[in-house]
Formats: sequence, C-alpha cells, structure tokens
Amino acid sequence: MCGLGGFINKDGKKVDGTAITTMGGMMEARYDERGGGFAAYGIYPNHSDQYALHLLFDDERAREATEEYLKDRVNIVKDECIPTASVKEIAPVHVPWRYFIDVPEDFEAVEADFLVDTVMKINGSIPGAFVISSGKNMGVFKATGLPRNVAALFKISDYKAYAWSVHGRFPTNTQGWWGGAHPFNILDWSVVHNGEISSYGTNKRYLEMHGYECKLRTDTEVVAYLFDLLVRKHGLSAEVACSIMSPPFWKNIDRSDKREYYEALRMTYAPAMLNGPFAIIVNNKDSMIAFNDRIKLRPLIAAELGETTFVASEEAAIREIEPELDRVWAPRAGSPVIARLNNAGGK
Amino acid sequence: MASFPPKFKVLVDKEVCTGCLKCTLQCPFDVHIYDKEGFKASGKDKDERKNFIVRNQENCVACQRCVFTCPVKCIQIEVRPPTYNPHPVWTDAVRRDLKTQSDTGGVLLAAMGNEQPYPSYFDRLVIDACQVTNPSIDPLREPMELRTYLGRKPEKLEFEDNGTSLKTQLAKNLKLETPIMIAHMSYGAISLNAHKSLANAAAEQGTFMGTGEGGLHKDLYHLADSIIVQVASGRFAVHEEYLKTGAAVEIKIGQGAKPGIGGHLPGRKITEPISKTRMIPVGSDALSPAPHHDIYSIEDLSRLIYAIKEATRYKKPVFVKIAAVNNSAPIATGIIRAGADAVVLDGFTAGTGAAPQVIRNNLGIPIEAAIASVDQRLRDEGIRHWGSIIASGSMRSSGDVAKAIALGADAVYIGTASLISLGCTVCKQCFTGKCAWGIATQDPNLTKRLDPEVGARRVSNLIGAWSHELQEILGALGLNSLESLRGNRDRLRGVGLSQTELDVLDVLPAGR
Repeated sequence: MCGLGGFINKDGKKVDGTAITTMGGMMEARYDERGGGFAAYGIYPNHSDQYALHLLFDDERAREATEEYLKDRVNIVKDECIPTASVKEIAPVHVPWRYFIDVPEDFEAVEADFLVDTVMKINGSIPGAFVISSGKNMGVFKATGLPRNVAALFKISDYKAYAWSVHGRFPTNTQGWWGGAHPFNILDWSVVHNGEISSYGTNKRYLEMHGYECKLRTDTEVVAYLFDLLVRKHGLSAEVACSIMSPPFWKNIDRSDKREYYEALRMTYAPAMLNGPFAIIVNNKDSMIAFNDRIKLRPLIAAELGETTFVASEEAAIREIEPELDRVWAPRAGSPVIARLNNAGGK
Repeated sequence: MASFPPKFKVLVDKEVCTGCLKCTLQCPFDVHIYDKEGFKASGKDKDERKNFIVRNQENCVACQRCVFTCPVKCIQIEVRPPTYNPHPVWTDAVRRDLKTQSDTGGVLLAAMGNEQPYPSYFDRLVIDACQVTNPSIDPLREPMELRTYLGRKPEKLEFEDNGTSLKTQLAKNLKLETPIMIAHMSYGAISLNAHKSLANAAAEQGTFMGTGEGGLHKDLYHLADSIIVQVASGRFAVHEEYLKTGAAVEIKIGQGAKPGIGGHLPGRKITEPISKTRMIPVGSDALSPAPHHDIYSIEDLSRLIYAIKEATRYKKPVFVKIAAVNNSAPIATGIIRAGADAVVLDGFTAGTGAAPQVIRNNLGIPIEAAIASVDQRLRDEGIRHWGSIIASGSMRSSGDVAKAIALGADAVYIGTASLISLGCTVCKQCFTGKCAWGIATQDPNLTKRLDPEVGARRVSNLIGAWSHELQEILGALGLNSLESLRGNRDRLRGVGLSQTELDVLDVLPAGR
C-alpha cells in the first residue's frame, strides 16, 4: 500500500509546494516513514535549457568521482548542494547535490540517449552515487521519511511548479532507502506508483535489451524507462503507451472494430505490458498521465477544477486542498487520465 | 535360449479367468497364446479352456493391454525382481544390453525419451506466488489470458493519420489460444487414427499439431489451419500444395532424442496410404539422412527458409527445429538471423519412435539450459522479437510448461504426453510396429483400437486441463496474461542447484 497524488495546471500556472505537501499528508494511513518524495515541474526557470541532474551521494569520494566523470562528458554550468533543512526524523545519510549541465554539441543529435547513457553509467558504476532525476526544468526530491518530513528536509515550499506529484511509501518488496523512494525518474519522466509490478522480470529484461539498466533495486523504475522507450524513442503517444502497458483484454479486442490495431499493439509490445496491482502517475514536462492495472486493484481518483487536473489515491487528499471541484471521477481500469499543457512545451 | 531372464511376470488368477481368450487376441507380442489343438485333443469341457493358454512371459513388455481389456480383470503384470548377482556398475540393464548386442551384433534400438537418471532442472525450480501485497487473481472470476503469437514481431510500431491507424505491416504469426502445441510425430511412425485424434484436438483447443516428416494424409487437409507441416532431411511428402496448406512450415534439422541422426521407417510400415502420402514406393525403407543434403551451413539453411517463403508467398511462418546441444545459443541466433520466424529447441529427454539407444541416452543437453541460454543470447543481440522460441522434450505437466515459459520460451510442444493421453503406456516398443494401443503401428487390426473421436476428446481434455492449470498458476502469481510470465525468471527460484547452474538458468536460489 502507498499513497500518491499529483496535479497539473494546464495553463502552466505555478504554485508552491505547500498544497502538494498537504495532499500527501492527508493519506498518512497509506504509508509509513520508509520513503517519501516529490516531483516538481517548472522549478528551474533560470536554467530551463539545461539538464538538471539531482544526485544522492554517500560521501565526498562518490561526489568527486561523479564530478570527474561528468567533467569529461558534459559542460557543467553550475553545481551546488541541494538546500536542506535539519529535520530530526530524517538522518542525513546522503548528500543531495544538483548539476545544471549542457550536452556537448557533438552529441546534440542524440542528446537524450547520451543523457540516459550518462545516468546509467553513474548509477551502474560509481559506488555511492545515484542520479535521482535528470530532466530539464524539473527535479525529484526524495528520502527515507514521511512525505511531510521529506518536504521539510528539502524545503519543498520554496519551489514553484505547474505540475507536482507526491508519494508516501509502504515498502513491501525492497528495503527502504532514499534512492528506492518514489518518484522514479529518467530525463523528464517521473513516476509515482502504488502497487507491485508482478511482471517486473519480463519488463526488466525487455528494457535491458533496449539498453536500460535497472539498478535501483525496485520495480517502479521500469515504468519510467518504459515511458521513455515508448514515447520518446518509439514516438508513440501517451494514449498508445498506456494501452500497451495496460491493454484491453482479448475478449474485448476480438469484438472491437479496432481489432487489428490492438492486436498489433499487444503482439509487438507484449513484454512492455505491466501486470500486477497498480495505480501510477507519470509526469513529463508537458503532461500528467494516471492509469491503473487492467482490473483496477489499486485506488485512483481524478478531479478537475478550472484548468487544473488532480489525481490521488483518495478523494480526501484532493478535497483537502480544493474542497469545491468541477468534476470528480474514478477512472475505469485501462482508461488513463491524461492532462496536457494547453501550450505544450511551456515553462 | 534367451540371453537373460524375462523382465516381467504375467500373473493370471486362474480362479477368476473364464478362458474367454480375449488376451490372446489383444496381445500383439505373443505373450498369451491359445493352444487350440491341445484343447481340442484333450476333449475337455469349455470351462477348462483357460488351462490351454500359454503365457510367454519373456515376450511381455508391460504394455498393459491384456490387463485393461480382460473382462474379469484376472491378469496382473509385475516387474520381476533383479535376478543377476547385484553390482553397482554392471547393473541389470547394462548386462541385458551387452547380452542383446552380443546376440545380434547390431546397434541397440530404443523408443521414447532418454532413460538415464540425469537430474531434471524442472524438478529443481519452484514458482513464486502472491501473498498480501500483490493480490492473487481468481481465474474463475477474472479474465486470464493465455493467447500467444508465434513469429516475427517488429521492434516498434508506426502509425499514421495522427496515430489512429497502423502503418507498420506485421509478419504472419500463428495465433495460439494456449501455449501448448502437439509435437511433430509422423504419419508412418504413428497411425492415421492417432494423427486424426491429435489434429482434431489441436483444432478444438485453438492450437497446432505438427505433421512430423511423414506428410499430411488427404483426410486431414480440412484441418490444415491447425497444422504445422514439416520439411525434414528425407523431404518425404513435400510438395507445393502441402507447403501451402499448413498454417506454418517447420524445417527439422535435428531432434532431441537423436541429435545428429536421421530417421529410419522400416519398409514394413510403408503401407499403401503411407506410400501415397510420403510419395515413396510401398514397402521401401524411408531413410532420412542425418543432415539435409542441401544444408551444410547456416547460409544454406537461409536459402531453404527463403525458398519455402517464396513458395508460400510469405504467408506462412517458417520454423526451424534443432536438438538442444552445447552451442544452441549461437546456432539459434544464426537461425533467427537466417530468416526463421521461430526456433524450436528439442531437449535431450525428448521422445522418439526409434533411435539408437546410445545416441538417445548420451547426446544433447537439458531443455531448461537451452531455453535460458538461447533466450538470453537473442536478447544480448537485441533480436529477441525477431523470432519465437518453442521448447519441447518431455513436458510432463503444466508446471513444466510454466517453468519453460518463465525461462523464456514462447510456447511448448508436447509429444509423449499427448500419446499417453491417447492410451500409450510407454512400453517403449514403438519401433516394433506392434503398438497394442493402435498408436505407433500401421497394422489395421491394431490401429482400429484407437477411435479418433475418443482420442481427440482425450487429447483435447489434456490440453484444456493444462491450460486451466496454467491459468491457476498465473492467478497465483498475480498475473492475468501469459506474456507477463514469459522470460520472467524473477518468479522462479532454484532449489538444490549449484551457483553455476543458477547462473546458467539466471535464477536466484530459494530464500533470496
């Protein structure tokens, strides 16, 4: 069991981290103190053209090794310790750091692949260093602790974003550690997840064949990589990606007038299907996508107010920040909620 | 004088026996012989006829035909206790083989799969189950999908008209409603009634049956949508219509029971209808050479694959079957790169109607290791989607099927299991042509014992039952579709395997 929530303002209007912290706080019955985190979009307007790498270091040596590695590969425009407050509930076992980087011109054509490769290399081969996010003008903040304490630790209320997500974790498959908290991220994809990916082994090996390395010791990671593969690399829409990961049943496909279309999707992308109980919120710079497993074994509620779309494990979490809503609904299994910026590409 | 004592005891309860003589008519191995002359000469009453049935125990193969057909159930077959002075190296079996070979001077023939006590990896793999955090799914209440597509898949799909219509054209695949297919067993090795039973069962279950290399009898052409036609080294029965009729074409390079060896169907099994189907003269031996005489390299194989594809206008997937051997992984990637839509891996315990015993017992590798290494190699080369993996060789239960799929197979073939379903008792006499159950024989008095309607129902029942069990396993794993088990080695654990074996199978030990 976990608690998750998120919202996006389709006009790109930004709010600070107070509301999302409140949203997460309403669902404390759903998680414990073994992992909390936030994703925020639009928080680095002064560095919006650079990739923001958020890292967790175990020690100074890990930081030096990472810096050596990055210097050889990319142009570091700026780097700094991510500001934190002292929170008594969370021991500072990692040093959070951020780099704003430019990819060298030689690699511009394959910029995103180059960056994925860079992240994979750091996570796979530099001991004590973990990249927790790597998108532009966005960032992930996470640690072992309740979401409200993680919010305090990272001073979440100081950031302003047009899209936010929150996650409180009740880990049951892998042990709690900072890197294992949600959101999981690659480039500007970030994922929060309630449930278990029972098809993990199949998904992981499919992703490995496409050059992704699943090193973070938890199942949710595969969702971020699948979105990156399907949407960014294969050029599929978010709708198609969702119907690959949570496809209609054959009995429905067989009597659908789009039989050939869905059959091709399921045949081609069978190893990308996510199986097991889940509710997932996926963000990228342009959109927020929320969807369930095929038989809806985890709760997910959606709501709209004006140009803002909300999703959460519990309606109470949404009502707590916006008591009056235009519309509230429980998305059906296999029917994703997709909210896009009206001016996609906006900051 | 026989060189060794009989293996079985034929026990008849004389109190119960009525002397009906059924056993003497049912036994094709001349165990129960009625001494008609003796009885007549004795002038005795009909009640005494039972005392004039001679039991030639040394001929008994424990096929159990007499036991099952005896109306009063007065016959029992027992294994005779070992009679030689015991020795751990020179076992009874070894001594029997040596004596038989000394009698005949020939290669020992054997039927059915490898009999050596090699460990089974399937028996040392266990399957995960859900508890609490990922709820198990009840297949009686929720959809549970087994559908499987065999063949080449594109790496990615492309769409046009703003993503609404499909641009990518998919290669022809076989659609299976269950991942269990019926293995290639030739008409000739087995009877037409057996072929009819298997083909009808495959059609009923939405799956496929392989023809083996004996071709397809005209009476079965109407079921061809459920039939995979084989092209083997003898090229028996191969003609344009045959290739175009089947749902797919399978080139057999080798088989698990006899890697590197061809086939031999004795002339006495080449009856009129078999001669017509195989396109060879009545009574002539059907000899399949060890290699295909037009395939001496991977590029030759590619030519044949594309020759078949051209002949069938690219409408039929082409599979290539090999025995599981040391180098299966690179061979399989070569086969897939050569244009095959699937590679069939046949493990070293796979069955056969006839093979040299020394080959059957000593050559090849376990299917589990072959699946694991081939699946991984195709992934390492980034071409796993180019072709499917079909595993075969002694799949004894749906548990074996689930493990094969979790290791990386797309589907399996079952051979011996389907024959047992038809009535086979694994008496291992297939090559004698005397099958008492009407399966591995062409003797019309024997083949009529197998009613193809009953046979089809039984095999269909078996595949249906395994499919239900697969659904139960998926449900316990919290999965509602087979594709989420495929290659999902995470859901397997090894018990009692060395670290090296775990590495080969790419599974963790239980408890980790």
